[in-house]
Amino acid sequence: MATVTLTIDNQKVEVEQGTTILEAAKNAGIEIPTLCYMKDINAIGACRICVVEVEGARALQAACVAPVGEGMVVKTNSELVRKSRKMTLELILSDHPQECLTCLRNTNCELQALSEAFGLREVRFTRGAAKSATADDIDDSAPSIVRDPRKCVLCRRCVAVCEKVQGVKAIGPINRGFETVIAPAFDQNLIDVNCAMCGQCSLVCPTGAITEKDDTEKVWAALNDANKEVVVQTAPATRVAIAEEFGQDPGTISTGKMVAALRRLGFNKIFDTDFSADLTIMEEGTELIQRVTQGGTLPMITSCSPGWIKYIEHYYPDLLPHLSTCKSPQQMLGALIKDYYPKNAGIAPENIYSVSIMPCTAKKFEAQRDEMNDSGYQDVDVVLTTRELARMCRNAGIDWDTLPEENYDDPLGMSTGAAVIFGATGGVMEAAVRTAYELITKEEMPDINLTPVRGMEGIKEATLKVGDLDVKVAVAHTLGNARKLLDLIREGKADHHFIEVMCCPGGCIGGGGQPIPTNLDVRLARIAGTYQADEELPIRKSHENPAITDIYEKYLGQPLGELSHKLLHTHYVPRGVYRKPEGLPDGGSEH
Amino acid sequence: MGAECNCNCQADSSKKIDELLSQYRGNPNGLIVVLAAIQQDNGYLPKDLMIRVAEELNVPLTDVYGVATFYTAFTLRPRGRNSINLCLGTACYVKGAPEVHDAIEKELKIKAGDTTEDRRFTFDVVRCLGACGIAPVMTVNGEVHPRMTAEKVSEVLSKYE
Repeated sequence: MATVTLTIDNQKVEVEQGTTILEAAKNAGIEIPTLCYMKDINAIGACRICVVEVEGARALQAACVAPVGEGMVVKTNSELVRKSRKMTLELILSDHPQECLTCLRNTNCELQALSEAFGLREVRFTRGAAKSATADDIDDSAPSIVRDPRKCVLCRRCVAVCEKVQGVKAIGPINRGFETVIAPAFDQNLIDVNCAMCGQCSLVCPTGAITEKDDTEKVWAALNDANKEVVVQTAPATRVAIAEEFGQDPGTISTGKMVAALRRLGFNKIFDTDFSADLTIMEEGTELIQRVTQGGTLPMITSCSPGWIKYIEHYYPDLLPHLSTCKSPQQMLGALIKDYYPKNAGIAPENIYSVSIMPCTAKKFEAQRDEMNDSGYQDVDVVLTTRELARMCRNAGIDWDTLPEENYDDPLGMSTGAAVIFGATGGVMEAAVRTAYELITKEEMPDINLTPVRGMEGIKEATLKVGDLDVKVAVAHTLGNARKLLDLIREGKADHHFIEVMCCPGGCIGGGGQPIPTNLDVRLARIAGTYQADEELPIRKSHENPAITDIYEKYLGQPLGELSHKLLHTHYVPRGVYRKPEGLPDGGSEH
Repeated sequence: MGAECNCNCQADSSKKIDELLSQYRGNPNGLIVVLAAIQQDNGYLPKDLMIRVAEELNVPLTDVYGVATFYTAFTLRPRGRNSINLCLGTACYVKGAPEVHDAIEKELKIKAGDTTEDRRFTFDVVRCLGACGIAPVMTVNGEVHPRMTAEKVSEVLSKYE
């Protein structure tokens, strides 16, 4: 690869040809400020914050798109550059509500940070046009995500992530000039369109224009209600991320501290979604064996990820029979929290308020689906994202650093390493293989670390010898990658037995409800934390979890049994992309 | 599509659009060509047809709608049989176009940019028709009406059914 030598701020820098000035400067330890830029996903030179002076060039250049040239002399911090950036920022702020103190992104906003870094003390301009968005344009129709176009800086990061990573493009720019808003087609509400509710847009939004729907007040109200038994569950991926909200490194394992925090917030019982992840493996593993041996629909595809579920319902309703009928771990535990747990504890189920802590905005949508009330009540009343739980902790004055490590409550708090890795791409597959191998062969698996399915590669495949059978599996994360496998299935070219799909990049650890920022480095650190947590646990296979054995013996009977079927399995709804498909039965009706 | 259209274009229009859609099936590059044809045949872009364009060209509906709302050549609402363009460019403005503008709105009981209930007129405002010597200028269906005044509005419009 040819290299180019240039000078940036008086430093000689040698980089590969084709590198942008922005990345070249980064290599040399010079941070050029950006607003719209996202490496590999959104480099469009739109916001003009990253402008630099290039000797001999007619005008300032946007460093995120301008390629380096041999002998180029770049100034990233000249008077002209500073003045231009400041003016650009001032113009952006002229059309931005000055509501920082009451904004959900207060103190974690890139616009705010730039304003501070540039030393902006005054915005000399007022709104450019009366036609800009107003508070009436806020879209809070969806249970997962709120759009506030007033706060939008039109950076198009959300559009890029929705289109290029997820292959959906539920939102895009409409109208032009000052009237431009990022919205669904026909300015429809988010709940009425093909949005998967994954919330990746809320992770990349530099401001408060797209956020999770904050449900913390509902939970405070329940905690303040003396008649309510408030029960909470925590998803695998939350434990390797929440500490970031309190200044710790990404991937820090803080399972025990999170439990302690929940107890201090006043939750009556603290259960672990990891328990129902183990349960999922028992149900889904059994379902897979049944499909393979009895000629059911193959490949079978995992159903843990509610953004993925909504996506396949919209885009591939004809393939719904491929989905496992298993509910997600959240909904399995939700059903048990309002059915098994109250029976066991002698509590009236109507007094239970069921909260879950999830890395995910789509879980908020999943919890309010019509199907999710098999206990006779809405199985999960409220879903909080990792960000919202952190907000509650700050609200309550909890000092994360001095929190002790505490344990989950019985009987739905015990779990295994197989359950922890549900949080990372490939983890459900690995957990399933650890159990299926031993259930089928009755032998111990030689090496339970299934490394071919780990890591950030978009689609991972492996063939495993299980007894006499060569089991072919595939793992995809992001909806864009899932689509590639689905197209193979449609064409009859997928010879896999089992496919894992997680909606978000890196799996749930990179979910739309996780701490901001969530970027590639952060994702990798959380994945490393996930596998470390797995290794540190004494039991690493779901079928060896004594609490799982116990609940089957005492209550559920057997995997895919009658009670399991009622509480732990579900069906799916064909939705179509822009209109309801005709003549398609609901999926997941095999049992 | 075109349900309210009073002319007899509908059958032909459907056939032509069908052909275009099949010509560009799976090809997002055909977006503007197809939208322009729909605009021409229907006088606007009906929602149902925009959805069909998205489905058949394999373009996200947000892109179809984004393009439709970006270019002024596309309209989302049915247009009237007669199209009024009043110039509010500098020359026309100082020669009294605002009074003409108000008179048209009063006469048709609509705001600029809208279409009358009976779809007889659509009234739009434009910036400079390049005929400043005969300001204020109004065109109806491309016919130029020079030196417009508020008093002449009613008489000029009465010629168009």
